[in-house]
Amino acid sequence: MSLTLKALAKSPWVFHLSTGSCNNCDIEVLDVLTPRFDVERFGVLLTGSIRHADCLLVCGAMNRKCVPRVKRIWEQAPKPCLVVAIGSCALGQGIFRGSYAMGGPVDKYLPVSAYVPGCPPKPEAIIAGVVEALGTLKGK
Amino acid sequence: MNPVQEIVYPILWLLLFPGLVFAGVMGLVITWVDRKVTARVQYRVGPPWYQPFADVVKLLGKETIVPAGASRLAFFGAPLVAISAAALISAMTWVAFIWPQRGFSGDIFVLLYLLVLPSLALVLGGAAARNPLAAVGASREMKLILAYELPFVLALASVIVKAGNAIRLGDIFAAQETWPFLGSISGVLALVVLFLVTQAKLGLVPFDQAEAETEIMGGALIEYSGAALAAFKLAKAMLYFTLPVFVTFLLMGGVQTRFDGVLYVDTLKIIWRIVAVLLLVVGIVVVRNTNPRVRIETAVRFFWGPVSFLAVAAAALAAIGKTYGIWWL
Repeated sequence: MSLTLKALAKSPWVFHLSTGSCNNCDIEVLDVLTPRFDVERFGVLLTGSIRHADCLLVCGAMNRKCVPRVKRIWEQAPKPCLVVAIGSCALGQGIFRGSYAMGGPVDKYLPVSAYVPGCPPKPEAIIAGVVEALGTLKGK
Repeated sequence: MNPVQEIVYPILWLLLFPGLVFAGVMGLVITWVDRKVTARVQYRVGPPWYQPFADVVKLLGKETIVPAGASRLAFFGAPLVAISAAALISAMTWVAFIWPQRGFSGDIFVLLYLLVLPSLALVLGGAAARNPLAAVGASREMKLILAYELPFVLALASVIVKAGNAIRLGDIFAAQETWPFLGSISGVLALVVLFLVTQAKLGLVPFDQAEAETEIMGGALIEYSGAALAAFKLAKAMLYFTLPVFVTFLLMGGVQTRFDGVLYVDTLKIIWRIVAVLLLVVGIVVVRNTNPRVRIETAVRFFWGPVSFLAVAAAALAAIGKTYGIWWL
């Protein structure tokens, strides 16, 4: 594990990417960033620009309209960049499974490092998911 | 003078002690102070002390992407200009502080121009990035420069007048050996003006229109990633330390260290300057946490209106006080 990767594990700037979710997971992601959970203790900051991001928090059911846009966002992200799939929809399409409008689960298109199940997942679970994604950096 | 003193020392000053390395490390520490105080204001714990260092090291290891169609020269030149200007500002300020005789006549004007360079670099980088939001950020930064330069120059004029028309930083520092400019009405007015200008030069919250993270997603910095972004962050951190130091020295003067076999240092004066720099930084952080971002035209009106009025008043009072020998004006 190189020094820059170690530094990455200490300052993962997250980018919030909604792929057509019902907004519940988005609200939980925003909860994580409130003073109550204070993730800045671990160096986590929310970035507005994808060029500054180290970790994509992807939530939502990934409808067909979103697929090319998500791919493009991933191409715009500077590597190394981690992906955390958040919520039942991002993991396995949730209640929208089988719908004509769906493009497929997130890991069909992006290299997902950690999965956070739940509808919606608790903020603690999302933090645990980011920690697990950072754990995959070890040994690289 | 021997070549070692002529060439090697200035390069060492620029790169090591008062320049790049020193200002960078101190700037990152001050950035941590900023984030920690912000966290405490919001009833949070805040990041650990090494957080800004981790951020910069991480950015150095990230991929640096050049947007399609962007000018490579301007896109990578801009962060380089910003960081070298910040190093030069720090080196010149500290050299004038430690060796008041070493500066040259008119170095305060050189500093005045150098202090615009990091902001201009942001404009250049934003304009080169070929992104509409970056263009919006660049245009706002340009308006902000036009807004705060007038009161800044007027506040510097009041300091120059008070120092007896001295345009050498060393002379300005030396003129305050008995009584600092801060202990007079025009000095306090100049402090208020310089405080607000510092806030705008650093692009902190009431005046962060150019970077507005929640509105135009980083503005001029939106397309920057990796090492180029790290250079911009580092330049900003260096200014976060250097600008409060510059304002403190300008209004409180040097400490007149003398070296004739034995080093004479006035410890009390040094402690006062450290306290003053920390108070300035904490003041900046509190203002940034208790204010909303204003619109760019509001910021321009604010700087050209009330702040310029204060700066004119400071300059006029300084001139009157100097002419009639009234020390408290």
